[in-house]
Formats: sequence, C-alpha cells, structure tokens
Amino acid sequence: MLNAADIDALWLTVQVASIATVLLLLLGTPLAWWLVRSPSRWKGICNALVALPLVLPPSVLGFYLLILMGPKGVVGHITTELGLGTLPFTFTGLVIASVLYSLPFVVQPLQAAFAAIGERPLEAAATLRASPLDTFFSVVVPLARHGFLTATILGFAHTVGEFGVVLMVGGNIPNKTRVVSVQIYNHVEALEYEQAHWLAGGLLLFSFTILLFMYGVLKTQSVAQPFK
Amino acid sequence: MTLPIAARFQLPLNDFTLDVDLRLPSVGVSVLFGHSGSGKTTLLRCIAGLQRAPQGFLEINGQVWQDSEKGIFLPTHKRSLGYVFQEANLFSHLTVADNLQFGLKRMRRSSTNVNFASILELLGIKHLLTRLPENLSGGEKQRVAIARALALNPDILLMDEPLAALDFKRKQEILPFLKILHQTLNIPVLYVTHSQQEVAQLADHLVILTEGKVIAAGGLYETLSRLDLPLAQDQQAVTVWQVSVAEHEVDYHLTRVTFAGGSLSLPLIDAAIGSPLRVQIFARDVSIALEAPKASSILNILPGIISGIADYQAGQSMLQLQVGKQVLLAHITHKSVLLLNLHIGMRVYVQIKGSSLLN
Repeated sequence: MLNAADIDALWLTVQVASIATVLLLLLGTPLAWWLVRSPSRWKGICNALVALPLVLPPSVLGFYLLILMGPKGVVGHITTELGLGTLPFTFTGLVIASVLYSLPFVVQPLQAAFAAIGERPLEAAATLRASPLDTFFSVVVPLARHGFLTATILGFAHTVGEFGVVLMVGGNIPNKTRVVSVQIYNHVEALEYEQAHWLAGGLLLFSFTILLFMYGVLKTQSVAQPFK
Repeated sequence: MTLPIAARFQLPLNDFTLDVDLRLPSVGVSVLFGHSGSGKTTLLRCIAGLQRAPQGFLEINGQVWQDSEKGIFLPTHKRSLGYVFQEANLFSHLTVADNLQFGLKRMRRSSTNVNFASILELLGIKHLLTRLPENLSGGEKQRVAIARALALNPDILLMDEPLAALDFKRKQEILPFLKILHQTLNIPVLYVTHSQQEVAQLADHLVILTEGKVIAAGGLYETLSRLDLPLAQDQQAVTVWQVSVAEHEVDYHLTRVTFAGGSLSLPLIDAAIGSPLRVQIFARDVSIALEAPKASSILNILPGIISGIADYQAGQSMLQLQVGKQVLLAHITHKSVLLLNLHIGMRVYVQIKGSSLLN
C-alpha cells in the first residue's frame, strides 16, 4: 500500500496541479482570446511559442527554465533583487514551470472554443447594450463552457503527468518538489515495484477516467455549434 | 419635434467604396434596397456602429453617433438602437425569456417604458418563453429576435434582411407581424432587403443602392414608378397604390377599392369598409387600349394618360401612365408602342388583369 512519503507526494501533486490550473486559466483565457481576436502580426510567433511545450522534450524546457531562474539567469536575478531568492528547487518554481509546460493544453482548447463562437453573438450583445467586457462574461464564457471544461481537465491532468520538467527544475525534495511521477521513479530505482505499481496504476486510472469523461460526455454535446 | 436621420459615410470596400449621404424621415419604414453586394448591409452596420467608416457623420433623433471630423464614435452598445440580424442571432445558452431580458437588464430603468406584454402579444411568442432557441422554428426565432430588439424601446430599429434566411412559408408567417409593426411603431425603421415583395409591402421610403452609391431615394410610390431606375426594367416591376376598401361583392368574391381618381376590383379580402390598403400592380399585368373596350373579361379598365415611355432590351418597352392621381407602369412590347403610335400625353385606357393584394 501507500506509505507516508507516497501520500505526501500525492498531496503535493494535487497542490501543484490545482494552483497551476487556476493560474493557467487566469493567464490562458485572455491569451487565447487575444490570439483569436487580434489582427496583430505577432500572433504567429505567439501561437508558436505557446505550442512549443507540445513538441519540446520536457528536459529542454526544464533546462532553460533552470538557467533562467537560476542565480545567473534574468529571472533569478530579478527574484533575488526582490528578496525572493532563486526559484529552482522550490514549490513556486515548480508551479511556474508547470504553468509554462501545460500552457498549450489550456490555451488551445480555449482558442478553439472562442473561434467557434464567431462574431455574431458578440455583435448581437453589442446591439443589446452589453459592453465588450460584459459580453465576454455573459455571452462568451457560457458559450465556451465546454472549452473551459476541456482546458481545465487537460491543464490539470497534464500537470499531474509532468516528469522531465520537474526533475530539471524541481529536483526531488520531499514535500516541496517530490511529486507523484518523481516518487514512482524513486520506487523503481529502489526496486520497490509494488509501491511503484500502486502509484503508477492510480495515475493511469485517474488519467483514463478524466479523458473518458472528456471525450465521452463533452464530445456528445455540440461544441462546434455553440450558436443557433 | 423629431429630427430626420442624417447619415454620411465613406468606407472603402473590396470592389467599390461605400459613399452615401442620406437624410431619412424620422417616421415610417425606410427600405434600403439593392442587389447582394451593393453595400446596403454595410451601410446598416455603419449606422449600428458594428463597422466603422473612417469618414462618417451620423445623427439620429438629435444625437450625434458618429462625427469623424470631431473624432466622435459612439460604440454600438451605447447607441439607442434595435438590430435584427438576417439570422436571428439568439443566444443559444439562454431561454427565450432570458434572450428578451438580455438588453432590458442592461438599460437604465427610466428609459424602458415600453409595454413588454404587448410586444409578446404582437409577435405571438408568449408561449415560447421557457424554450431554448434550438427548439424554435426559423420563423419563431426571428420573431423572438424582433421582440428582443423592440423591447429596448430604441430610437431606431435596424433590420438586416430579417426574412432572407427563411423559406417562403416562414416568410409569409412573419410578414403580417412586420406589417402590424409598421402600423404601430412610432420609431423610424431602416429595413435592408433585396426582395421587391418586401419593398412593396413594407416601405414608406425607398433608398436604392448600387455599388455603394445611392442611385435613388424618395417616397415609395414615386420611386417605384420612375422609368430611369433598374426597378422599372425588372420583370417583377410593380407600382403600389394606396387605396381604401369601398365595398365587398360577396357573391362575386370581389372587393372594390377606391383611390384618388377611380376604383378597382380585387379578389375578395377580409377587411373592414373604409380601411386603408396597399395594392401592388405588376407592370406585366397592365395592357393598353386606345378605345374603351366594350366587351372585355377584364374588370379593371381605367382611363389614363401616358406620361413616359422607355425602351429596354429585347423589344420591351415600359410605359408610365397617370391614372387619376396615381402613377402606373405598363410593360408592353416595343412593337405595340409603334403599332398603336403611343406617345407622351396620349389618352389611353389601361386594363389591369390582376392586382395582387397587399397589406
């Protein structure tokens, strides 16, 4: 069964993934909206940057984050100046890395949902006295609710599943950066296969269940036609 | 005093520049008529502020909504307008009732003195309130959309081909509502369409757009009968007469209506004696005789004077005639014009084969 260290790792994982998901939604929503609506020529570059974590080996992302947030990096310099110390091998550093790592999994479903809404509901809202911000919350958010749900699920699940980035940026510090995926690695290294099975099997079941929910429940409802 | 609407816009589009300078009456229905791609919808969108013309001036009801020289541009949500889109554009996540309340909730209470219940009644949508838009027919959706716009008690109602997305049956379902609106609304309505039928039934004032320019603007009756406009050259060319019901001949299934200078027989209609009516007369249903026919199956034979002749392609000619105080178009062949030696000022008899009843 699970030992205390495993429980700690699970709890830490839930914390990291929850905080990262909230930050991802706060950050990803305006970013996705801007990427859909703006005529800016910087859009292409931004889209590519957002999608980078999809194709980069996590170790590459982790490596650069380590450099950036380290004592000699730009970010590290700023955080040191601010009296926060350096972020690698801290909980905060891990959350920041997770946000960047899972960004496309939140931004892309939101982008798709926003794009599917189209221009017309926004125009209808404007002719009914709703300001753009009002329209966003009273029309766009409800119409894009499936996009938000998908983004939340994928953002959370993907953060739970990270390993390479954690190892580079977070290390293996109990209750600070030792998340489930790292704990599984520890068990396997120590040849504790039974312990590894419990955690790995649990993660497998968890991931499958939420993906099943997403594809089974959400996709039967119309996402492509939010407007009738 | 209600002031007329002043609208001036210059907006480069793909194929041409929208360039209009209009003054429109502050009452009644002004129809913006033109073929698809003539810029009429763009003009309406400029008036609504959904599109921003770089050069423009717009004043409605004494309020300036746009003045590009002074850098004034009121965003759409601050304009007192109602807008009905071609597709109903209801919010799919809200019930009919919530769709209707959407705009109302966002208005200052003082400005909503409109009788909501009477709007529901007028458009016959009371029984739909708890439904979601996906459970409405196309016609019902459009009625809800009209009610949603009217509920705001706007200074102007803008309608962008509200019937175009509907099939014939649904169109016939909505048109009566629009006609009632036409009679009961005391705000100006700008109505975009490319349908001559809707022009004839709804317009008081007609604006014809071609490639972004206004080629004619004026009262419906005068504008429809102008020979120099493409309308008169169309196979569907009509004139519209304002008449009043004089008598029902129930035995013959006919109704007699009178106009300034004569009377007409129409297929029996259900309308009270004395009630006003619009009659549209297709130019192709009008023929000319030099002498009063003594024995003819055609009931409507009226004396008239030729006031204009225009020759079109393929041997077709259009006559413009004065009948009493009304103007009538007659579509005949060029050969007939020559054989009968028809000329302006000539007294003739017009025979009207069938009058399609309107309004």
